[in-house]
Amino acid sequence: MAEAKEQPRIGVFICHCGTNIAGSLSIEEVKEYAMTLPGVVVAEEYQYMCSTPGQSIIVDAIAEHNLNGVVVAACSPRLHEPTFRIATQEGGLNKFRFEMANIRDQNSWVHMHDWEGATSKAKDQVRIAVAKARMLEDLEPKSVPVEHAALVVGAGVGGMQAALDLASAGIKTYLVEKNPTIGGRMSQLDKTFPTLDCSQCILTPKMVDVGRHPNIELMTYTEVENVEGYIGNFTITLRKKARGVLTPAEAEARGIVGGGCNGCGDCAEVCPVIKPNPFELGMAPRKAIYIYHPQVNPLLYTVDFDSCIKCGLCVTACGEEKKAIDLDVVDTFEQVRVGTCILAIGYDLIPIEGKKEWGYKRYDNVITGLEFERLICASGPTGGKLIRPSDGQIPKKIGFVLCAGSRDNTGGVAKPYCSRFCCMYSLKHAHQIMEKIPGAVPYLFYMDIRSFGKMYEEFYYRIQNEGAKFIRGRVANILEDPTSKNLTVFTEDTLLGRPLSLEMDMVVLAAAIQPKPEAERIRQMFGVSKSQDGWLLEAHPKLNPCGTTTAGIYLAGVCQGPKDIPDTVAQAEGAASAASIPIHIGEVQLEPYFAQCIEELCAGCGMCVNLCPYGALDLVEKDGRDVMEVTEAKCKGCGTCGGFCPGGAIKMQHFTSPQICAQIDAFLLEGGEQ
Amino acid sequence: MADENWNPKIIAIICNWCSYAGADLAGGARIQYPPDIRAIRGMCTGRVDPLFIMKAFHDGADGMLISGCHFGDCHYLEGNYKCAKRMFLVKNVLKNIGLNDRRLRMTFVSASEGAKWGMVMEDVVKTVKELGPSPLSEYQK
Ligand SMILES: Cc1cc2nc3c(=O)[nH]c(=O)nc-3n(C[C@H](O)[C@H](O)[C@H](O)COP(=O)(O)OP(=O)(O)OC[C@H]3O[C@@H](n4cnc5c(N)ncnc54)[C@H](O)[C@@H]3O)c2cc1C
Ligand code: SF4
Ligand code: SF4
Ligand code: FES
Repeated sequence: MAEAKEQPRIGVFICHCGTNIAGSLSIEEVKEYAMTLPGVVVAEEYQYMCSTPGQSIIVDAIAEHNLNGVVVAACSPRLHEPTFRIATQEGGLNKFRFEMANIRDQNSWVHMHDWEGATSKAKDQVRIAVAKARMLEDLEPKSVPVEHAALVVGAGVGGMQAALDLASAGIKTYLVEKNPTIGGRMSQLDKTFPTLDCSQCILTPKMVDVGRHPNIELMTYTEVENVEGYIGNFTITLRKKARGVLTPAEAEARGIVGGGCNGCGDCAEVCPVIKPNPFELGMAPRKAIYIYHPQVNPLLYTVDFDSCIKCGLCVTACGEEKKAIDLDVVDTFEQVRVGTCILAIGYDLIPIEGKKEWGYKRYDNVITGLEFERLICASGPTGGKLIRPSDGQIPKKIGFVLCAGSRDNTGGVAKPYCSRFCCMYSLKHAHQIMEKIPGAVPYLFYMDIRSFGKMYEEFYYRIQNEGAKFIRGRVANILEDPTSKNLTVFTEDTLLGRPLSLEMDMVVLAAAIQPKPEAERIRQMFGVSKSQDGWLLEAHPKLNPCGTTTAGIYLAGVCQGPKDIPDTVAQAEGAASAASIPIHIGEVQLEPYFAQCIEELCAGCGMCVNLCPYGALDLVEKDGRDVMEVTEAKCKGCGTCGGFCPGGAIKMQHFTSPQICAQIDAFLLEGGEQ
Repeated sequence: MADENWNPKIIAIICNWCSYAGADLAGGARIQYPPDIRAIRGMCTGRVDPLFIMKAFHDGADGMLISGCHFGDCHYLEGNYKCAKRMFLVKNVLKNIGLNDRRLRMTFVSASEGAKWGMVMEDVVKTVKELGPSPLSEYQK
């Protein structure tokens, strides 16, 4: 269809990638073959095409041979297409005059022991790429302005750090947290390894900063409802869940001057409904109108409408002056426009009761590490006194089961990966009981202690010297004595090669962690993939650990994979920096893979209009008949419309039907035309 | 039918965001599979015009694979649903013209499923080898 405006003059550049490619197929043969292909005027090979000299070969060849198309046979376009497009541009061509043949990731690496097969495949790949290159057209990337604002989802330590960095860089930042308070898991911890800083003491200042920063708009008890748009211009719909309690500002807006919640708690005192407090993991009660803990930020009560009986006692207790409680409110929706987004939605413990052999939830004195944190914490349900749930006695012999459900291939609730912080927090727990309970002895049942961080190994030695007992072996089974409620732990001491059983007063399971259940919905809304194990997938594990394959969306913290607080904060700062770049540049370039209507061919049937997931297409009247029209700003270039149009009236730029057909022909008809 | 030394001609159209990335990951992990399949990169399986499939079989392809994101994971929300619907149609057409519709396959391989990509490759090649050369490929000789 696209009539040949110019004779194709294609250059083919084949990369050895050291021995990555050259070690599995014949570069020489591929090069000779390339020269025989129609339109190819030069073929070169080089050790590393992506290196500066490699790119110079391309740039020089474009001028010398007056090329109008460039093919690089090397690694994946997902890695180096941008690099070679720049080289193409430097040579004086439009950067879309470039096509890549993936002869490494999808050839030499996967056919390492089939020299013939790999070589012949590489020839086909080059032929297919040349066929496309012959038909490439000049395209102009579309520049769009970037909204000078960012969104951070999740206000754990990761999300808070990311928001603080963005805000300090002068960017308006919406920080959205689904819980009534910010802080995340870290606010549930007592101390933090290896420094043993009090967790709340180092977190609270950050929480205060978040609440005070003029560039941060903190939205607690809020969830993301919908995401539209693309990098630079996301429109996010937020659901502000009905809280039942007004902030002073909200009260003022209603004309109640000086009113609104001041956190006095008079309401909760009178509320007759008692529920378990999820912050205390159910080990302490809360009312239907509640705060999680005294340091919450914002200090604002919340009504749990699932359990509220609307008796109205709290309204009276709150009084006429503050008038902070309104039991008739409903969820409201708000839209914000942002240029980039960071996801920092954290993690959950696995339901460790699924590992029946350890008896969690069946035996009173088997608890999780997180419950331990609350029990040992001075602001926790027991005021920091570690007691046995069965009888309130102080335990002396405490077993710690490490890798509880981590590094475990037995299926069910267990996870094959390492949860990365349980070794270290179990060492911390061991230290805490030896410090707090005279004569207490911790027994750590471990596979190996992973103390890889800065000062972590030193911390491990310290706990060893303090007298903790280490038993290398997985815990097979735990049995409870029905009268004493003591626990017998059955294991094998793999260092002595001997089965072992020990009686404990209490057992703490260092339970594995897993992605939050809502991570699935969140990632689908934001267009983020997941790893095999369900964690959100980074764009590249080494080179782009904060980015995702969706431009403008970044990841921070445990939602991307298990990591401790130092690593979470580091990644959050990385993500914030990455997310601020497009905002500071002020514009982004979108790849111009838009749909275009070939009006002569359009029958005006309108089928494509309904197919487009982004509403980018409309029927408009032109010269007395209906034809389709594309709104480029909405089109994302998926090609769904182009794949359907019965008349072939939709041209998908850079992936046109003639281009794809030429690729198919090139492979099957060996370059002979249809 | 199956001739050990026969190399089937199989063409794949795979989406940039999931299957192409999964195929790259298989490379990174050095998962080995037979070299008979040639992949063309598209942005989304939604782009796959039934015409491309008919064209490939007309040109003598022995098999064809369309691979994209899992349902719910399409980078463009629902291109893969739309493609999957078209597959039923095309498979019917193939049957009607006397081609075994197992020559055409749609799979869903995510960016983290390198190992699955290797399995898909093995399996598609195996299936097509069992079916032997496409009856239409004779016309292209
Ligand atoms: C028992 C235990 C002890 C530990 N001890 C230590 C220690 O001593 N030192 C150390 O370095 N690390 C420790 N850790 C690890 C530490 O908890 C994590 O590294 C850290 O909390 C990760 O922070 P985050 O921000 O990624 O996730 P989180 O703290 O989980 O925060 C995620 C936030 O996102 C919110 N959120 C989730 N989904 C949504 C949604 N859909 N919309 C809006 N908001 C959402 C959550 O409510 C939460 O506030 C310990 C962990 C455990 C389990
Ligand atoms: S109205 Fe609801 S929140 Fe208020 S006191 Fe009664 S039960 Fe508690
Ligand atoms: S390519 Fe077509 S269907 Fe896809 S976004 Fe653009 S107009 Fe919509
Ligand atoms: S982007 Fe992969 S199927 Fe649509």
